[in-house]
Amino acid sequence: MSTPIIQVNNISKIFRIGTREKRNRTFREALVDAITSPIRNLSELHRLTRFDKKQLDNHGGTDQPDTDYIWAVKDVSFDVQEGEVVGIIGPNGAGKSTLLKILSRITEPTSGEIMLHGRVSSLLEVGTGFHPELTGRENIYLNGTILGMRKYEIDRKFDEIVAFSEIEKFLDTPVKRYSSGMYVRLAFAVAAHLEPEILLIDEVLAVGDVAFQHKCMGKMGDVASSGRTILFVSHNMAAIRKLCRHSILLKGGCALSKGPTEDIINTYLSSSSLEKDHIVHLPRVGPEKQGSGLTLSFLSTDNKPKSDYKIGEEWLIHLEFQIFRKTEHVIAAIGLITTDGLPLTTFWSKPRDLLPGKYSTDFLCDLPLKAMTIQFAVGLSSYERTFYYVDRIDSVTISSISKDKQPLRASSSGVLMNYQESEIVQVSNDASSKHV
Amino acid sequence: MTQSASQNTKPVIHIKPKKGFQFVDFHELAQYRDLLFFLVARDIKVKYKQTVLGGLWAVIQPFFMMVVFTLFFGKLAKIPSDGIPYPIFNYTAMVAWTYFTAATTSAGNSVVGSGNLLSKVYFPRIFIPMTSVLAGLLDFFISFLLLFGMMYYFHIYPNTMIMVLPLLILLMMLTASGIGMILAALNAKYRDIRYTIPFLMQFWMFATPIVYPASMVPEKYRILYALNPMTGIIEGFRSSLLGTVAFPTDMVIISAVISLTLFFAGLIYFKQVERYLADII
Repeated sequence: MSTPIIQVNNISKIFRIGTREKRNRTFREALVDAITSPIRNLSELHRLTRFDKKQLDNHGGTDQPDTDYIWAVKDVSFDVQEGEVVGIIGPNGAGKSTLLKILSRITEPTSGEIMLHGRVSSLLEVGTGFHPELTGRENIYLNGTILGMRKYEIDRKFDEIVAFSEIEKFLDTPVKRYSSGMYVRLAFAVAAHLEPEILLIDEVLAVGDVAFQHKCMGKMGDVASSGRTILFVSHNMAAIRKLCRHSILLKGGCALSKGPTEDIINTYLSSSSLEKDHIVHLPRVGPEKQGSGLTLSFLSTDNKPKSDYKIGEEWLIHLEFQIFRKTEHVIAAIGLITTDGLPLTTFWSKPRDLLPGKYSTDFLCDLPLKAMTIQFAVGLSSYERTFYYVDRIDSVTISSISKDKQPLRASSSGVLMNYQESEIVQVSNDASSKHV
Repeated sequence: MTQSASQNTKPVIHIKPKKGFQFVDFHELAQYRDLLFFLVARDIKVKYKQTVLGGLWAVIQPFFMMVVFTLFFGKLAKIPSDGIPYPIFNYTAMVAWTYFTAATTSAGNSVVGSGNLLSKVYFPRIFIPMTSVLAGLLDFFISFLLLFGMMYYFHIYPNTMIMVLPLLILLMMLTASGIGMILAALNAKYRDIRYTIPFLMQFWMFATPIVYPASMVPEKYRILYALNPMTGIIEGFRSSLLGTVAFPTDMVIISAVISLTLFFAGLIYFKQVERYLADII
């Protein structure tokens, strides 16, 4: 393997957390404070960018936890090979953006070093440096050069940029008169035509209407497949999955792991915000409604609480709910949704007339699902009119390990099924490719 | 582009915490020169958008200051003006001074004002204060036009020393850049600077021969006086454009030394602060 195009070695970055405000209780205190504050302010402002050796050395141990500063990125190391498209995922505050800022040389690391072999462009925001008073044409040049293009490169791509942004008619109108959609389209168009060897992108795909987002994803895919090296930070797992073969998981400033995207996403989703219980307490509604959900729990088929299943394994969803007044024709329903928001299926209970009281119902999930994380929606209805509904409830993970060695295993297009039962039979012995 | 060709031309970027003295990477500045051009173009285009008088503002400001100074210092206080009419004596200095104040003030506030840009994208940060200094030149040349009108009116014409004028303008730009960069960097750290700049420029104006001639300053203080780089520059302006006094070569040399020193001091200090600029903006 050749030298990695990006080599990140033990990068750390320390930040001061803002200076704390002190409240004055008396007039005298306030007065004294006003007089002495310049000296204090000066030392605090000065301290913002200075860290003594003790604090810097301390980042391994925890003997003296100083709350005044924070390691935004801590000992992060990874390599990226040329042409790789790598996703960076992690919860808010994990240091993803700081890492991109260090890589794009906006801010300096506190320690560690990075080697980048190639021209770098970073896209941390769409439309950086756009000036509202300037026309679309002028902003294309301004924004393009800010992002690191030369004028002749922009000249060469100008028509392409304009065509992509779909704003031909308004090219000589100041962008302050643009609709917000036109504005982001133009901004993305400029960014999409950058041609650096290394491209750093932070969560910028969520712009424009659905059609334009689709176009952006397509363009991103093109860029990714053109051999460009891309680091892509996003919370949109569908986009990460689509664009990146490998991903890095960051948490609390540390790089937890780098590996195939699907595995990393699963690690992230099953570890992060979803520090799951096997019992989820549902949001309650008051007795002004007919009833309310109470809990949702996940059980293996032998009734053990569990929320991590293998491919092909069957499991139970146990819903408990309360009915406040006599309600007829009650149906309890559970919807299964992917973390990208795609509905998978819905289970319905048999309708039943209920008196006030607590009830429960079990659903057996025997769907052949691929390795993924599933979220839930819970609904209660009377005569198919919903009186209780919640969605985006925490999840169940299907891991990529299959229950038995066979017959089920994950493939890129879902779960492989039935390949033992289905046989290939010959239709004819005509070997030519001609279709009759 | 083939793989091997791109392999050869690929720059290697090495990122690590920088310690100690940093100097400007001229190769990089050259790489980004188009950006400087568009930033200056932006400032110039945007400046008089949605105004009625537009570029006339470049003349109005120094002109009305000249009128006020002529009334108070020329007529009432009867301050001498090296034997030429006070209005043209003062306006010549005001043309240079207005540029200097505007460029320095705008450079001083430029970095704080570009916070969003600085925290979102990398480019040579030095371009931010530089843009202010360069974009101000347009106003300077516009206000110069009125000076020609006044020369015609007062029948005062430049002598051969006008050849030195470009050098004086360059020195003025270097001084504005140097001070501008120092103020911009300080301003990023201590926002007090924003409120200090107007004071500073006001004091500085009276420490510079604008409303009075340098010849009014006692002989023994002249050297000290010339340490203000704008002294030599403004006196040089008057001498070369109006032929008031003999060209103040000594003063201009001192100015040149001080201007260059300020410029390099500004560069070095700015580079120093630049490293953590995005963290404190």
